[in-house]
Amino acid sequence: MMRLTLTGGMMATALLAAAPTYAQPSGSATLDAVKARGMVICGIAGAVPGFSLPDSQGVMRGIDADSCRNVAAAALGDATKIKFTALTTTNRFTALQSGEVDLLVRSTTWTLGREANLGLEFAGINYYDGTGFLVKKSLGVKGAKEMDGATICVQPGTSTELAISDYFRQSKMKFTPILIQDLAEIQSAFLSGRCDSYSTDSSALATFRATQPNKDDFVLLPDIISKEPLGYVVRKGDDKWFDIVRWTYFATVAAEEYGIDSKNVDEKLKDTNPDVRRLLGLEGDMGKALAIDNKWAYNVVKQVGNFGETWDRNITVLGVPRGINNIWNKGGLHYAPPIR
Amino acid sequence: MTMPGNSAPAALHAPIDARDRPPSSVYGPVAWMRANLFNGWLSSGVTILFGYLIIRAAIGFVDWGFLNAIWTVPALPNGNPDPATCRAVRGTGACWAAVGDKWRFITFGRYPYDQQWRPGICIALFLSLYVMSAMRQFWRKELAFIWLGILTLIGVLMWGGVLGLRYVPQDEWGGLPITLILATFGLAFAFPLAVFVALGRRSTQMPAVKLICVLYVELIRGVPLVALLFMASVMLPLFLPSGMNIDKLLRAQIAIILFVGAYVAEVIRGGLQALPKGQAEAADALGLSYWQKTMRITLPQALRLVIPPLVNTFIGFFKDTSLVLIIGIFDLLTSGKTAMSDPTWQGSSTEIYIVMAIVYFGFCFAMSTYSRSVERKLDSAHNR
Amino acid sequence: MSSTFDPRLANARIAPKRGIRLSWSDPKFRNIIFQILIVSALGLAIWYVAHNTQRNLEIQRVATGFGFLGRTAGIPIGEALVPYDPAVNTYGRALVVGLLNTLKVAVIGIVLSTILGTIVGICRLSKNWLISRISAVYVETLRDIPVLLQLLLWYTLLQGLPAPRQAINIGDAVFLSNRGLKMPLIEWQDAHWWTLAAFVLGALGTLAWNRTALRQRDETGKKPPVWPAALGLMVLLPVLVWASLGAPFAIEYPALRGFNFSGGGIISPEYFALLLGLTIYTSAYIAEIVRSGIQAVPRGQWEAAGALGLRQGAVLRLIVLPQATRVIIPPMTSQYLNITKNSSLAVAIGFQDVVSLSQTTLNQTGQAIEGVAIVMAVFLTISLSISLFMNWYNARIALTER
Repeated sequence: MMRLTLTGGMMATALLAAAPTYAQPSGSATLDAVKARGMVICGIAGAVPGFSLPDSQGVMRGIDADSCRNVAAAALGDATKIKFTALTTTNRFTALQSGEVDLLVRSTTWTLGREANLGLEFAGINYYDGTGFLVKKSLGVKGAKEMDGATICVQPGTSTELAISDYFRQSKMKFTPILIQDLAEIQSAFLSGRCDSYSTDSSALATFRATQPNKDDFVLLPDIISKEPLGYVVRKGDDKWFDIVRWTYFATVAAEEYGIDSKNVDEKLKDTNPDVRRLLGLEGDMGKALAIDNKWAYNVVKQVGNFGETWDRNITVLGVPRGINNIWNKGGLHYAPPIR
Repeated sequence: MTMPGNSAPAALHAPIDARDRPPSSVYGPVAWMRANLFNGWLSSGVTILFGYLIIRAAIGFVDWGFLNAIWTVPALPNGNPDPATCRAVRGTGACWAAVGDKWRFITFGRYPYDQQWRPGICIALFLSLYVMSAMRQFWRKELAFIWLGILTLIGVLMWGGVLGLRYVPQDEWGGLPITLILATFGLAFAFPLAVFVALGRRSTQMPAVKLICVLYVELIRGVPLVALLFMASVMLPLFLPSGMNIDKLLRAQIAIILFVGAYVAEVIRGGLQALPKGQAEAADALGLSYWQKTMRITLPQALRLVIPPLVNTFIGFFKDTSLVLIIGIFDLLTSGKTAMSDPTWQGSSTEIYIVMAIVYFGFCFAMSTYSRSVERKLDSAHNR
Repeated sequence: MSSTFDPRLANARIAPKRGIRLSWSDPKFRNIIFQILIVSALGLAIWYVAHNTQRNLEIQRVATGFGFLGRTAGIPIGEALVPYDPAVNTYGRALVVGLLNTLKVAVIGIVLSTILGTIVGICRLSKNWLISRISAVYVETLRDIPVLLQLLLWYTLLQGLPAPRQAINIGDAVFLSNRGLKMPLIEWQDAHWWTLAAFVLGALGTLAWNRTALRQRDETGKKPPVWPAALGLMVLLPVLVWASLGAPFAIEYPALRGFNFSGGGIISPEYFALLLGLTIYTSAYIAEIVRSGIQAVPRGQWEAAGALGLRQGAVLRLIVLPQATRVIIPPMTSQYLNITKNSSLAVAIGFQDVVSLSQTTLNQTGQAIEGVAIVMAVFLTISLSISLFMNWYNARIALTER
């Protein structure tokens, strides 16, 4: 009987597999749902300092949380109309795929595989990151090349896992992976000395180190072994929603470029620069083109802040330098196409 | 659903097992020790060895857990506790101050701090529900209404949004109430399901229904709960029409209900099987319909028979609710683990684990003690 | 619940051997209608779920099928029983590695917990008060604490061991550190395979001789000694084979090199914590099963055996345990199934079993349905195999009992 069911299950799966896999995009279903609900539901990690971590009042703080608020401010005109859903590395994609969240900003690396296989699309990058290594100072290691034979703690199901594997193969070195899914468990494994090194996005390592009481006992190795662009993820097939999320990010970058921040945004309404006037919804119908309020970018900057403000508020306070995460004309990679 | 307690089986006639008694010719502590601790050189040797080991372990534990332990720590100027004294005794003494600082978080999770009296009351309600269900006076049909009432009350208290209570969304619930909710609601919903499945599996008239019930029970019992929880957390959203969503706590609850249903169904089936055939035949002879026979004759008797194994099953999945840790639900174990990851109390995880173990043990031990006492009371002839 | 009951029909009873009447008052007919209704409702529900799933996958443009099993995995695995290289091996092989890891925990856990559980169960019936109390406390405490909590606690405690450089050193050969237990390992050569083969042959020979000896005892009342044959076949023969092949013998000792020990064999803390936790937890249940099994053997059996002049140990071994086994087997089967299913908790402490690896796989490839289907299929197969084996064993001993 059991075998029968198994075969039945296999057949059902095979049938599903044989069915045509692509269908028509459904228009702006997400925006409609968001407007009807009056709230954007955003998937975050919920436990990573600097990215998303509730403060003592229970308010979610971090660059990922603020990125979510940006979208709420743009789509609904109110940055507080946001609900955060904490997701693990394992259920984040299903949560987005199934519509449980409208948007995923959970330190998720943009890769081809994820876009091609998972039915997802990356609308923007809010953090240019890379895989790094945190080691104990007492180990005396100066660089990643000295790590041959090391035991490394890493979370399974992440792009870090794949990056380390590649790096050690390429450098003809060996390592023993310790793969623990639970963030707290893997951090305690590293602290207890179960592994020589803890590896993940270097931003997360820096913030983890910063929150340790004995932070000087740990060294962040200078090597960055992979590119980890972390971004805004939406479902594939809802192009309008994709545009809103993507241009919300661009608006924050553009605002920083034009020197508009949450404090001076009202003065900037009197500005004569056509770029600024278009961005703030005084000229052109940029918002209407996105099917949202024309003052969308004004709302974002006024209520949450421009990209630099968000960064300083969440990341600079942890002592992480801005580096390539500056805007393009200050030596960074954040660049917004013209808003016109 | 069971019969009132006055028709209890004849527990008074249970034979007293003579061999559990010490030989009546010797009394007194010395004789007792001679008979029970130093009976022959092997026995004496083992007693001395284990006695030594136990005393050593006890002294070590008292040193660590009491004499060298830190119970409170001074506060830093910013109001946060200063864990320096705890760090100093690492390895030689326990840091109970960590538990003292974190107990509310461990118990209630992220529930709004000023509203935590609400889950507090819920815990008390759950306890009273368990106590009531354990008492024979309450073993009547009305118990179902008591369950319904109390569970509704718990829902109102937890969610709020009415009667001037502030609305607290599910993602802010956590800690012990979640564990109790998962276990209790799991049983409340799984029980009717299990009754039908057990009846279906024993059905001789409906082979198709029987087949479905057998498949359900065997499939669920063949896979680990982790896999079911995993399926609920990853695949359930795919099963629903797009745009429709259910909360992740509810998804875990559904997985637990399905899981518990299969096990409880087997327990109930065991009870139905243990009933003498004459009961059903007599009911048939009276011309009762199937449902009359089941609801009035066989099921009430079978349910009373299976109370001890039912409680044991409940203990089993009360413990198993801790597995929701793996899919990120904020139950007691998860909130304890989150508390441990606070850098302030780093290295105090053993203490927090011990406290959580005591909480789980308290619940389970009370239930298993109860189950054994019922088992003893029930007529042993009926029992298996 | 009783809505289907029509009081007017209360007295309608089945007449024996009658054809189906197409009338609501015919219970047979009613049953068929009910079954059709239930089955079609279930079928409809399954169709609905399948339809939704298919639609959702279409909307999300997720590729389906098991093609991903042939793709290069790239996911590192901590410990593998078969060679595995993330650079070249596929997801399929990664899952095989996971399956073998699951079996490694389950099989060894079953053996160890049976041994430990039997000892504790017997101790609980000991005449020595202290021993029986210790066993009772062991059983009561461990059964009432969630196994996941126990696993996490064991894992935390194992992490408290010293670092490799301060490892607990036993004779420069065995090292215990927070990286696990390092042991010396024989460098395996061809000659060792032949030696092993000789040993297996010897063991089979001993078994055969033992049977002959037993038969002889049945016939003549005297049992020829078995131990000389056992010594010759199981010790002398392998040694001779080994010596004739040049007696190769080299031990690889673990040595501290760089960060860690290299060489020798290792038991990782993750595996050890999982094995320890599962064994201890399950042994508490097995102890109870063994105890009630022994208590189910009538007192008269003990007394009769005692009257024959058998010693306590012999009574237990020859008279009581064989009879108790009959009672013990069915509940034991479900404990073996439990330990296998509980091995999936490996995912919480970082031992990579089949659940953990399929979770990683489905996360890297996005194949949620396939990943979960594989886990379900694996566990159903294992559960079914254990059930079948235990049923076979149960039938066998039930037969011998007559």
